[in-house]
Amino acid sequence: MITLQNISKWYGKEKTLAVDSVSLSIPKGELFGLIGPDGAGKTSIFRMLTTVLLPDGGSATVNGFDVVKDYHQIRNCVGYMPGKFSLYPDLSIEENLNFFATIFNTTVEENYDLIKDIYIQIEPFKKRRAGQLSGGMKQKLALCCALIHKPTVLFLDEPTTGVDPVSRKEFWEMLKRLKAQGITILVSTPYMDEATLCDRIALIQNGKILSVETPDKIRAAYPDPLFAIKSDNMSDLLKILRSHPLVKNSYAFGEFAHATFKNEFLQEKDLGELLRHENLTAVELKRTEATIEDCFIQLLSA
Amino acid sequence: MKETVISTSALTKRFGDFVAVNEISFDVYKGEVFGFLGANGAGKTTAMRMLCGLSIPSSGNASIAGFDVYRQTEDIKKHIGYMSQKFSLYEDLTVLENIRFFGGIYGLSNQQLRLKAEELIEQLGLQKETKKLVGSLPLGWKQKLSFSVAVIHQPKIVFLDEPTGGVDPVTRRQFWDLIYQAADNGVTVFVTTHYMDEAEYCGRVSIMVDGKIEALDTPGNLKKQFGSDSMDDVFYKLARGAKRGE
Repeated sequence: MITLQNISKWYGKEKTLAVDSVSLSIPKGELFGLIGPDGAGKTSIFRMLTTVLLPDGGSATVNGFDVVKDYHQIRNCVGYMPGKFSLYPDLSIEENLNFFATIFNTTVEENYDLIKDIYIQIEPFKKRRAGQLSGGMKQKLALCCALIHKPTVLFLDEPTTGVDPVSRKEFWEMLKRLKAQGITILVSTPYMDEATLCDRIALIQNGKILSVETPDKIRAAYPDPLFAIKSDNMSDLLKILRSHPLVKNSYAFGEFAHATFKNEFLQEKDLGELLRHENLTAVELKRTEATIEDCFIQLLSA
Repeated sequence: MKETVISTSALTKRFGDFVAVNEISFDVYKGEVFGFLGANGAGKTTAMRMLCGLSIPSSGNASIAGFDVYRQTEDIKKHIGYMSQKFSLYEDLTVLENIRFFGGIYGLSNQQLRLKAEELIEQLGLQKETKKLVGSLPLGWKQKLSFSVAVIHQPKIVFLDEPTGGVDPVTRRQFWDLIYQAADNGVTVFVTTHYMDEAEYCGRVSIMVDGKIEALDTPGNLKKQFGSDSMDDVFYKLARGAKRGE
């Protein structure tokens, strides 16, 4: 269980606000996602909740413990995987894992069940120094080290950044299995498609939370009818949409352009007709459901 | 006749017994936006280093902007631009200093530098930021500036290694506007990405698995070929069979 109440953090002489009065409540056993770009304040939130950074305003608790007063207790019951690789590069896989187990007064054997699925993938290389591992292997080792003392809350700061789509899918499978064991997980990611894999998400930008909901509810709250449009000349299509007086918002979305219109009563056939007038060929237009990425774009432009 | 700017044939790189890049052959044309995809560890970075003249191949041939990857690596470096997410600009130099520094390295004259710097700053809307340290800029601006600096000497080809990692969806799209603009001006764009929607923005896409190019075509044709409705699915079908971890 994690709660944040109007928590704030600023940096430097200019007191730049990195986290701007954020309030959240994450119940036990939830897989909660902080979704936002670089610089949104995700890492500052993680660092305050894991007691390695003091808040400048507001308060927060983890498992009922206060992040300022009770930092000892919090450090014992949470696992933290920072965005930047932070294990000992001169220790081997095995040595790193033993080190973290020992620090928490436990042994690798005692909690092996929890990490087994992940550890067997890197076990063949257990004598290799951590600094010499590939990105994917470092990520798995870091997760093992964060889990070795059987934490009840797990903090994962951008665990999948720079990871290819197949490995990302595997990583999220691992998270699901951890969640099934009752561990509360707070995870951040810049990949919008991963948002749908969380129970609830907070969209965050410039230190402020734009929206907190289940992914489905966030998508359902998209305010306008959204259309996916395709033409054989994508760059012309985008230019025309951008300058068209009836278009509210438009942008590339994979093989389609996504657009919303100022007149919400326009139907598919009216819009198709309208675009064919613009000398576009092979125009295909259909209503589409908003994805999390559409919602984020809409919230950013609002 | 399309002008070929990158041409490789059976290009290979071995490290001891390990074949990092295994006989890749492909052509890229002038003004094309070419997506170079693959799982972590598939050999993309090694291949790209050879194409940039930073690593001599073990066997095979390649010509980059008309120059040979064995004998003319210095010429290659002068005729390409390069931008990666990890290293791009000097954080302790200001916006203007970075532009001057990179322009100078690429041999622009003082007068060219002045003109280019002005043009670039105006294009990016950074007029108020010219004297700010690059380290203090938001990531999205850094990336746009970094791209503009990478094409400051009007190279034939620009190599982009995961240029949009970590930025918000709006900034990501603004970045692609810059890419298209460069391609419209005849610059060939060679780009790697882990965002599969961005694969759709490329004219053609290659997918590397275990050191080999397993597929190369337009996104539309690849989807047809693999019976997929998204590039994400195409990628998954090809890369999940990978034997090689990273």
